[in-house]
Order: sequence, then C-alpha cells, then structure tokens
Amino acid sequence: MSEKKTGGQIIWESLMREGVKVVFGIPGGANMPAYDDLMKHEYPIHHVLATHEQGASHMADGYARATGKVGVCIATSGPGATNLMTGLATANMDSVPIVAFTGQVPTSLLGRDGFQEADIQGVSLAITKHNYLITDIHDLPGAIKEAFFIAGTGRPGPVLIDICKDVLQDSMEFEYPETVDLPGYHPNQNAPDPASVARAARLLNEAERPLIVAGNGVIIAEAEKELRQLAEKANIPVATSLLGIGSFPATHPLSISWGGMHGEAYCNYALQECDVMFAIGARLDDRLTGVFDTFAPKAKIIHVDLDPSEMGKNITINTPIVGDARLTLQNLLPQVDSNEHPTWLAQIDEWKQETGDRDILAQETDDLIAPYIMQQLWHATDQGNATVVSDVGQHQMWEAQYYRHTKPRSLLTSGGLGTMGYGLPAAIGAQMGEPEEPVWVVAGDGGFQMTMAELSTVAQEKLPIKIMIINNGFLGMVRQWQDVFYNQRYAATPLFNPDFVKLAAAYGIPGRVVTRKEDVYEAIKEAQATDGAYLLEFQVEEFTNVYPMVGPGRSNADMIRRPFAESEE
Amino acid sequence: MKKHTMIAWMEDKPGVLNRVASLFRRRNFNIESLAVGHSEKAGISRMTFVAEGNARDMSQIQTQLYKLINVTAVQDVTAVPTVDRELALIKVKASNGSRAEVMQLVDIYRASIIDVDMETVIIQAVGSESRVDSLVELLSHFGIVEMVRTGKVAMVRGSHDRAAKQKTAVAAYKNGQ
Repeated sequence: MSEKKTGGQIIWESLMREGVKVVFGIPGGANMPAYDDLMKHEYPIHHVLATHEQGASHMADGYARATGKVGVCIATSGPGATNLMTGLATANMDSVPIVAFTGQVPTSLLGRDGFQEADIQGVSLAITKHNYLITDIHDLPGAIKEAFFIAGTGRPGPVLIDICKDVLQDSMEFEYPETVDLPGYHPNQNAPDPASVARAARLLNEAERPLIVAGNGVIIAEAEKELRQLAEKANIPVATSLLGIGSFPATHPLSISWGGMHGEAYCNYALQECDVMFAIGARLDDRLTGVFDTFAPKAKIIHVDLDPSEMGKNITINTPIVGDARLTLQNLLPQVDSNEHPTWLAQIDEWKQETGDRDILAQETDDLIAPYIMQQLWHATDQGNATVVSDVGQHQMWEAQYYRHTKPRSLLTSGGLGTMGYGLPAAIGAQMGEPEEPVWVVAGDGGFQMTMAELSTVAQEKLPIKIMIINNGFLGMVRQWQDVFYNQRYAATPLFNPDFVKLAAAYGIPGRVVTRKEDVYEAIKEAQATDGAYLLEFQVEEFTNVYPMVGPGRSNADMIRRPFAESEE
Repeated sequence: MKKHTMIAWMEDKPGVLNRVASLFRRRNFNIESLAVGHSEKAGISRMTFVAEGNARDMSQIQTQLYKLINVTAVQDVTAVPTVDRELALIKVKASNGSRAEVMQLVDIYRASIIDVDMETVIIQAVGSESRVDSLVELLSHFGIVEMVRTGKVAMVRGSHDRAAKQKTAVAAYKNGQ
C-alpha cells in the first residue's frame, strides 16, 4: 500500500516521474497548497518565479522549443490563468509541447462567480490541444499522465489542467499510472502510406524543377539529417518556412533561404515556378503562400504532415502523405533517384544574384540598420553558433533574413500567432533549458516593452542572456504597412520609449547604446565578454522597411521589391 | 455545395459536446442538424450530424473533429446505403371541424396521435427527413402550435461490424481523402 499524498504533492511527484527539472509560474490563492508542498517536501524541481503569467507561459514555450522536452508553467485561478492564455495560444499555433497547471476555486464555489473564478477550461478550449478540469483528486494522476502524453506526442501542443483548490488539499494513496487509455488518440500510428510515398518518389524523379519546402515538423521529428540526404541525393533546392528555419543549414549550397511575405525574393520566384513541390512538416499558411489559389501554380504538390487536417486545408495538393517527417523521408529516400537539375539550379542562381544586387546591404549607406546588425551578430556568434530568440515585427524578419541559421532549434520565434512580447521570456526558458548555450534576444522597442518586466526574472536567475533591442521609435511593422497601404498616416505607431540602458541598470544588468555602424561588432563582442546578462540598444534608422513584401491579397509572384539605391535618393 | 451525413463516435465525458460545438463554430463549419445519444458501447456516445459544404469542407470537418482527443471515430456516410430517421412531435390545432382530417393525414403518414385536448392534438412522426418535412407542410394548413424535431440519426445498412467501419473511417484521413 502506498503512502497518502495531497493533490499538491501529487503534482510534484508526477512532474518528477515525467523528468521535469524546472517549472515557470506565479503563486496565488488557488494554487498556494501546491507551492506550500513544493517547499515543505523540498522536491528537487526548480521553480522560476515569473513577473507576469504571460511571461511564465512563454518561458515554458522557450524551454520546450530549445530542448524538445515538454515545458511546464503554473498559474493561479482567474487573472493568473487568463494571463497564461497568450502563451498557450502561441504554443498551440506553433505546435509547442506545454503542460500548464492552473488553480481553480474550490469545487463548492465552482460556477458561483467566486473570487478569482474564471472558466479556464472554457476559455482555453480553442487554444489548447486538450484540457482538463479536475474536481476529484482521484482523476489527478491520470490527467497529468495523459497531459504529458498528449502534449509531447503526435503533433505537439499545449495541454492545460485546471485544478480546484480543495483537490490540492485533499489526499489519496498515490500511484502514478504507467499507461494511458485514450481511445480517440493514436499518435504512434504515423507510418506513411507506402503507395503515397511511391507516388511522391515518382513525381520527384520525373520533376524538372523540384523544390523542397521544409517546416517546423522536420525539426520536431528530428529529421534534418534525412532532409539533407534527400536534398543532396537528388540536388533539390530547399526552402523553409519561417518556423522551418534551422531544419536545413542556411549556408548549404542547396539552401534557398525561406519564402513568403518577407522571405527572400529568389525563394518566392522558385516557389512560384517549381513543377513539383515537396512540402514537409510545413502547414502552408497564408504568410508563406500568399493568396492560396495563386500559390505554386505550376507545381504538383506533395504534402507530408503528421496532422491529416493539414491536407488540403489551405492549398489543393496532388499527393497527400500523412506521416511522421523522419519516417516518411526514410521510406522515400531509397526510391528517389540521384539527379542534377542543372538548368533549374542555374535559374535559381540567376534569381539569387538579382536578389543580392538589390539587397539593402549591397547599397552604400552610413545608416545604422538592422540587417547589418543581424549580419554582424551572425559573425560574432561564430557564424550561427547561438540560439536567437526573436520577438515579432520588422526585426524578426531581418533576423530571419540575415542571421543564417545552421542548426535546428537555433531560432525560436512566434510564427503562427505573431505574439509581440514573446522574445525575452522565451529566451529565459531557452536559457534555463540549455544553460551552456549562448542565448540572444532580438526584440523591437515595441515588443520588448510588452514583457520587459521579465528583466527581473533574468536578474533573479542570474541568466547570461544577451538582449538586443532594435529601436526605431515605432511599432515598425505596422508603420511599414501605414507607409505602403495607409498613405503614411502613422496612427498610434510612434513610441515613447524609456532609456533602455537605464532600465536594465535598475535590474543590475549592464548595457550600452549603439548609434553608429562601426560600433556594432565591437558592442556585440563586449556583450559576449560580459559575465551575465547584457543589454544592447541599437538606435537604428527609423524608416527602413522590410523587403520584399507580399501585400495582402497578393500572390508571391507579385512582390513589392526594395527600390534600387538610386531611386531611393 | 452538397449536404453530407456524418457519424461521429466520442467518449461520453463532461464537456465533449462543448468541444465539438466549439470546433464547429471556430472552424466556421455549416451544421444543419445534430443528434447525440448513447451508442451500443458503454462510455461512447454517437452523434449524427448533417453538414453542408464542398469536398474541402467535408474533409476539414472530419479531420478536425478527429483531432479532438475525445473523438474516437468519424465517418461520412453520405455515399453508403443507410437507414436514416428523424422523430418529430407536432402540436396542431384540431377542433371538432378539422380533427378528422388531421387524423386522416396522420394515418396516411403512419404517424400517431399521442395526446388530444379540445383545441389541439400532438402528433408523433418518425421517418426520413423529407417524409417528416412533407407531413409538416400538410399540417401547417391546420396551424402548427408547437413543434420539436430531433434531427436526423443514421445507421449504415448491412452486417459489417462497427470496428471495421471505424477503421476505414480513420484510414480515410490518413490518406488525406
């Protein structure tokens, strides 16, 4: 007979059995019994106190993306739980495994509008992979076991467990279940259909202008080696989605960078001109495709995804393959012939050359601009040997364009939901998960201010995170749209900013302002040479825009390109 | 745009109907009718629903529904032989002058009168949707006071076992069809 444990103890004991070493959260009225148990019983789990629950959820997300393990966050009922929601929605869109625990009012108060009561199961329904409301302690161990299984398998995602306060205080004889019984969830049946794989191989073998589009699914399935084998065997150029960055080395000769709204122009030309597209682990969302029915008009599209609901969701496809990315590639590889595609690759080179000629870094300017900073960051981090956590906006696009990622999980960014404020807290999670890895935050002045309160978490945990603020004094991406589509009426986009360096100093974090191009590299080196955290504020040219730009309702072929230098004068 | 009849099997747990309804709403699926009840298996509920849309919509409805952890299987039975029935209770004005005529219609439709008072009768009708529609249309001339319809329930004809059918249904998504 096993010993009686409280609901609070059961949480920590279960987390230990799931191998959890670190959790991110904030205590409050409804989850206090669990926090009390953590201290009382000295469980060997490190609790990181976030400043705001949104921060805690992004930390769990950053931890999960950096390590591939399930991230865990904790909040109290009501406002604590609603504050978590942005982070869960972010994780849900980008298939990030998280288990979130929220406190709930005692069962006797459920549905009576008790103090700090919010229907979190209802609120989180549409932004989680699954969720639970626990009103009986006997359901708790099974729910935790299921939550970790559901979050981490198949297409990963966040799972929330809402637990009534009296359940945390109740006790039972605890045994952690060894198996789950989920009759409607079979994530391990993920071998692709052999006939579909054979058909894909035939299409690729017959293609004259084949193209691979690799997404986040390749990273989740750890299929980057197989992806590279496929590309090299048949000489197929590889584009990625924004979240697929890192699945294929950007420095590889077959890499054609990433495509879509602000992807490289030559990549977009290739997307539109290919005759067979092999899209793997990418959900072909509107930022990548432009207007759906204009996407890759000449291509027979093979779409590999673990999630059958992605088949034909946005784009009409020729060959659907439902399966794990790595298994599919392993089955496909022997059936794909070696190939050269010299004409196609030469055509892409020509586009690449033209794109390079129009690049902002090919234009002579003394202005301090973000693309230059990203390029210097790449050099300063031994050519991509760091984890970069970007926020959302113009700087995010420039980071993705100019920092050439060579390994999976080296770019963490909110792609699907586009959550401003993601960067700093996600970097905290990433650094907690990978203590030895150099972690850089690249944020805009707008997004940084949304969650900058987490500087206290950086200081409290003594994390050596290097923070880079690309300060252009605007909500830059919105300002860019106002430039292009709203007659330069800058409605509510100019920002009143604090002195970021003084702000960092208030937390004991050193920093400096950079205004000149010639100081960039040396400033980055200084940040690297500093033990602990460091903040760099780059005051960049205010009106630089991100190009190319596929406007709303446009095709990828219809990009707005960067004007040539002479026409910019 | 075509109407499709689908059957979904799901765990009988609190909140599952909410999950399904929320999914229909947020994915913008057009659901015409929906009926849920117990299935032959303890702990598993069975839902029949009618949805309208093109092939892409139908594939999305099935695959998105199947993604819900508590949904165990989904099958589009539009193209297979099925028996489908709907039950309606219709309260119709029937005074001395018209009661005989109402009863005659009830007979023709093999419906039944299950309650009578001086002013109205309650008719119970069971049949295919179109048959119930046609009775309702005729009865509307007498004045329908109140009506409730269950929505269609459907079952595939023949002796195939359900487990095999569910397997086929799941395999259909795996091929992305």
